Amino acid sequence: MCRFVQYSLGWCLFLLLVLAMLWHDPASPARGSAPDQAPASAPAAHKAYTEKIAGSDVKFDMVPIPGGTFVMGSPANEAGRQADEGPEHPVTIRPFWMGKTEVTWDEYDQYWKQEEGAKRENQKPEDKAADAVSRPTPPYADETFGHGREGHPVLCITHHAAMEYCRWLSAKTGKIYRLPTEAEWEYAARAGTTTPYFFGSDPKQLGDYAWFAGNAEDVTHEVGKKKPNPWGLYDIYGNVAEWCLDTYKKDYYQSFPNDKPTLSPVLIPNADRFPHVARGGSWADEPARLRSAARRGSDKSWIKRDPQRPQSIWWLTDAEFVGFRIVRPVEEQENLKGLRSLTTRESN
Amino acid sequence: MTREHAEGSQTTRREFLKTTAVAGTALAANMSLLTNVHAAGSDTIKVGLVGCGGRGSGAVDNVLHSAPNVEIVAIGDAFKFRTDDLRRQLQKLVNKEEVKKLGNRVNLPEERCFAGIDAYEKVIHSDANYIILATTPGFRPTHLQAAVAAGKHIFTEKPVGVDGPGIRKVLAAYEEAQKRKNLCIVAGTQRRHEAGYLETMKRIHGGEIGDITAMRCYWNGQGIWFRDRSELSKHGIPDSDLAYQIHNWYHFLWTCGDHIVEQHVHNLDVCNWALGKHPVKAVGMGSRIARPVGNPREVGNIFDNFAIDFEYDNGVHMLSMCRQIRGCESNVSEALVGTKGTSRPDQYSVNGQRVAIKGRGRTVDPYVQEHTDLIECIRSGKPINELKTVAESTLTAILGREAAYTGKLVTWDQVLHSKEDTMPERLSWEMSLPVAPVPVPGKTRLS
Repeated sequence: MCRFVQYSLGWCLFLLLVLAMLWHDPASPARGSAPDQAPASAPAAHKAYTEKIAGSDVKFDMVPIPGGTFVMGSPANEAGRQADEGPEHPVTIRPFWMGKTEVTWDEYDQYWKQEEGAKRENQKPEDKAADAVSRPTPPYADETFGHGREGHPVLCITHHAAMEYCRWLSAKTGKIYRLPTEAEWEYAARAGTTTPYFFGSDPKQLGDYAWFAGNAEDVTHEVGKKKPNPWGLYDIYGNVAEWCLDTYKKDYYQSFPNDKPTLSPVLIPNADRFPHVARGGSWADEPARLRSAARRGSDKSWIKRDPQRPQSIWWLTDAEFVGFRIVRPVEEQENLKGLRSLTTRESN
Repeated sequence: MTREHAEGSQTTRREFLKTTAVAGTALAANMSLLTNVHAAGSDTIKVGLVGCGGRGSGAVDNVLHSAPNVEIVAIGDAFKFRTDDLRRQLQKLVNKEEVKKLGNRVNLPEERCFAGIDAYEKVIHSDANYIILATTPGFRPTHLQAAVAAGKHIFTEKPVGVDGPGIRKVLAAYEEAQKRKNLCIVAGTQRRHEAGYLETMKRIHGGEIGDITAMRCYWNGQGIWFRDRSELSKHGIPDSDLAYQIHNWYHFLWTCGDHIVEQHVHNLDVCNWALGKHPVKAVGMGSRIARPVGNPREVGNIFDNFAIDFEYDNGVHMLSMCRQIRGCESNVSEALVGTKGTSRPDQYSVNGQRVAIKGRGRTVDPYVQEHTDLIECIRSGKPINELKTVAESTLTAILGREAAYTGKLVTWDQVLHSKEDTMPERLSWEMSLPVAPVPVPGKTRLS
């Protein structure tokens, strides 16, 4: 069975050229320079770019992830495999961009550290929209838990907080940024490979690519210091595990056909605080937890030392291992349009 | 005599805030013979909660998960919206699988949900044999005295007071509790019930870093909520100084004790625990830089940063910092230097090695464990009384605060015997409650 089929680049180019000619005035100056306005999945526009967060010097890089079909999950004989990784099933993913690195405190601080009410006159519409997104309350203790701030990944924040950050960033930039679906995450991590790790099967090589229990010395590290995966994603394994958009369901894969690809699957989160998917393993994990197919679901033990009731919807207390990475769809799938976190202080 | 500005203006705190012994202590003492109940063996732990805010609500959740045969029988708060909210939360909580499995219950008819300034007395004198004290810290000494006098087992939140006179009450309550056989008291300095800290301390006390020669501890964070006066009406509370100051309690000295007392007490407690004693003097500095500006009656009168050098009777120094300013470096930690090595208790690390798992979920919840430990003591008839250590750690924080407020070298005995009673006299919703100005080091005095 062919486990991975990437769209033919040549065919895509041709098709899009035709579409572009049909849809766009060829003299339009917008095309090419502004990726947003290019036709969906146009290869010319679907390339790496750097986003600057307006009103700051903070930048982050996005890398293009081509659309394609892959087999999600792991075979029963894969070393370290857990039951929730099967059965394997084919999945088709639309093209998107993904953050080259995990979101750092430098980026996240731009969101939550801005004082409420520090709104200026004559605000730009995008700033006004961004200000309308709710912001985290001040954390009770040290939100970095001593792991380091500059260049280090955000950690120990709730799924709700990660989603709200994306909503703020979307309003701020006028582009759709969100958490990756679990399928997008695994597809991007595999980068066309079918082995347990994108570099093969031997966990001994993990140290070249990832911070994990074997080399991290119990803390996170600055993002982007190890080798990337074949699609240019750094720390996709280890450092911090990464929130995905989906609700975690142990037997979720049993709901998919194994003879034809499912297009862009996602288990859309409801208002519950838990469980959600976290992928890629972290500084705290042994190699098996870092495999492309390894899944993990959050639970309330991740916030157990929050002594208040209701507990915070922004800050976890016992999950120094979880952070996130963002994606931007080339064309948003219908069932995720306008999606936002439903979690409130009253949520279970 | 009281804290006053050296220039002898009218700004003494005495005029704002006078000593009081809130009524009820005598009543409590009379009731004690009737209500001196201890739950032995598998007897039901009947919980009465005083203070139904976020922490109190958390504490009843914790206790319902801590041991079998626990029943919530009474709750009280200054505000009715708090008891109403908690009652609703409890209905949900009691249906949780883990709570049901332990056979734990909520038995809270409307008539045992008390609201008002005297709600604490009603809870303490209810059927409850296990009182949780979780109001704002300023009230704690009064509540502790009343609960001990009534012979009830107590879980008390930290800190246990905000000034010298309050701590003297707590120490008296400690002595009183020691005289009563089988009375069990645990304090919410939960690090002392946290597996990682316990393992770290076992090694420190076992000599793995030798004799401690220096310590430092921080609680540098990003700030805290501020509840605007206008929020009262949202909760259906008539506007008054007292209601506002209790609702926005973090920002007033008499309710909170300042953030060095309310928050940093945890780290100071860890250092005292490591050394097995409390400091004897302190010098330090602090100020109010980034909090809201205005009339203290509206914006409060606490500082937002302290840096204190404490000294113990064996010459060991502890450097402490605490800050609540958004945008600054965060750091909540303790570090110890010994003759043979070092330790970071907050990292559960001794000589560079982790001695317990940290930050990965799935370990025991110390906020549940402190109730498990307390209930275990009650049921096995093995008394425990943490009031003295938590009183000393609270007074350590007060010592640091007074060193910064006055700008002078301040001793343990000075704060312990201080007449600086911040509790307003004869509390009533109608009273006018002016707030003392923000202290000015070099001018403000401790009496």
